[in-house]
Amino acid sequence: MAYNIQTEKETLKRHIVYLGTIVEENLQCAIKSLVEKNPDLASQVMQTDKCEIDTLEIDIEQECLRIMALHQPVASDLRFLVTVLKVNSDLERIGDLGAKIADKVLLLYKADPAYFLSDAMQLPELFTGMFDKTVWMFNQTLEAFVGEDTDLAYKVCLADDEVDQAKRAIYLDLEESIMKDPARQVYLAKLLSVARSTERIADHCTNICEDIIYMAQGRIIRHTLSQ
Amino acid sequence: MSHPVNPIMSVDNPQVAVEHLNLFYGAAQALIDVSFGIPKSQVTALIGPSGCGKSTFLRCINRMNDLVEGLRVEGLITIDGENINDPALDVIELRRKVGMVFQKWNPFPKSIYENVIYGLRIAGIKERSVLEQAAEQSLKKAALWDEVKDRLHQSAMGLSGGQMQRLCIARAVAVKPEIILMDEPCSALDPRSTARIEQLIRELRDEYTIIIVTHNMQQAARISDYTAYMYLGELIEYGPTQKLFTVPERKETEEYITGRFG
Repeated sequence: MAYNIQTEKETLKRHIVYLGTIVEENLQCAIKSLVEKNPDLASQVMQTDKCEIDTLEIDIEQECLRIMALHQPVASDLRFLVTVLKVNSDLERIGDLGAKIADKVLLLYKADPAYFLSDAMQLPELFTGMFDKTVWMFNQTLEAFVGEDTDLAYKVCLADDEVDQAKRAIYLDLEESIMKDPARQVYLAKLLSVARSTERIADHCTNICEDIIYMAQGRIIRHTLSQ
Repeated sequence: MSHPVNPIMSVDNPQVAVEHLNLFYGAAQALIDVSFGIPKSQVTALIGPSGCGKSTFLRCINRMNDLVEGLRVEGLITIDGENINDPALDVIELRRKVGMVFQKWNPFPKSIYENVIYGLRIAGIKERSVLEQAAEQSLKKAALWDEVKDRLHQSAMGLSGGQMQRLCIARAVAVKPEIILMDEPCSALDPRSTARIEQLIRELRDEYTIIIVTHNMQQAARISDYTAYMYLGELIEYGPTQKLFTVPERKETEEYITGRFG
């Protein structure tokens, strides 16, 4: 039992990192599909989320439950498995949010393809910073998980405020644009949703990093970082 | 761990207080400077690899080691503030106060009823109504009454292993102890009988202080409030079971309970 659970943990870690990589790539594609106005890429993002990410999430959950039932883990083994279960769920949610961004691209395109692809429809500049920060957070979250790096996990948690601020700035900007140009409100409302999804992705990264700290140190820091 | 604390939990007003306990078998030292407090009406589990001294420690608490030749004990053990190694102390009274249940059930070749009231008879109690009442109460406490009430006067040797172990618990309970020591009480039982004894231990906890030695770490995790991890005669870590099994303070404890060592 003692030997096997280490092997099982290593395999499980490889699987969760693989899931993380797929989710990261899919998120980048979702953002790219919006920035580059590419509906085909958006469709592909949704397909990957449905076919690959959701399936992997179920597989990893079952793997976790099997290891828990067979090995009855304690201490660091238990903390690892509980963390993997939670990280798995957060990754799947990030996958869904990436797909939601792609879905908005498709909706905008289908509503009026010519107008969507025209230069008249420009993504506000503020989005670039928010996307970059969120993708950085996600990437560093995976790094922190792989290396059980609690310092990096803390750093990611602290970056969440920047994404929140970016979302607030985008909201103000979009609201102003809607008032100025009500004809574009359908488009701008979809962008509000994209900003919300991006901000939620950063929240999930924070959740994962909090769990990494629990896994490594056994301390639950949730709800305490802002104090 | 990044937040080290004392791995030996301190207990206010412990029922059993152990201070600098050293135990020698001739020249060999079996317990090394063991100090900790065991709280009243709680289940305390002692875990550790074979030969770590947990059973030896357990047997110190009711002086079962007294008969071992060449054995020497240093340090202090008090129960409710009273030094149990005081030469003036009545060992019979100590063992009434501190009952014991062993790994292998050991009923006497007598009836179920006679087994339960054996300690009371030794204590000179003869009144039948008192003995009958004590037998019923003890068997109920040991969760055995419903299974044996119609055959109290049949031989105890006809009971199943799990029933015999519960009979031994009833016998220990009959003399109204305050502390019950259990030395691997489930190691020879099947999962169902084990579950029964574990449930019983949780129920008895309200009335008695229970100290249990177990090799089954999941059992320690399930039934105890506090756990002490011993290794090579030393107490390595002692604290709330929930904490010890989720975030142990010492690396040695972590390695033992996760099975990487031992």
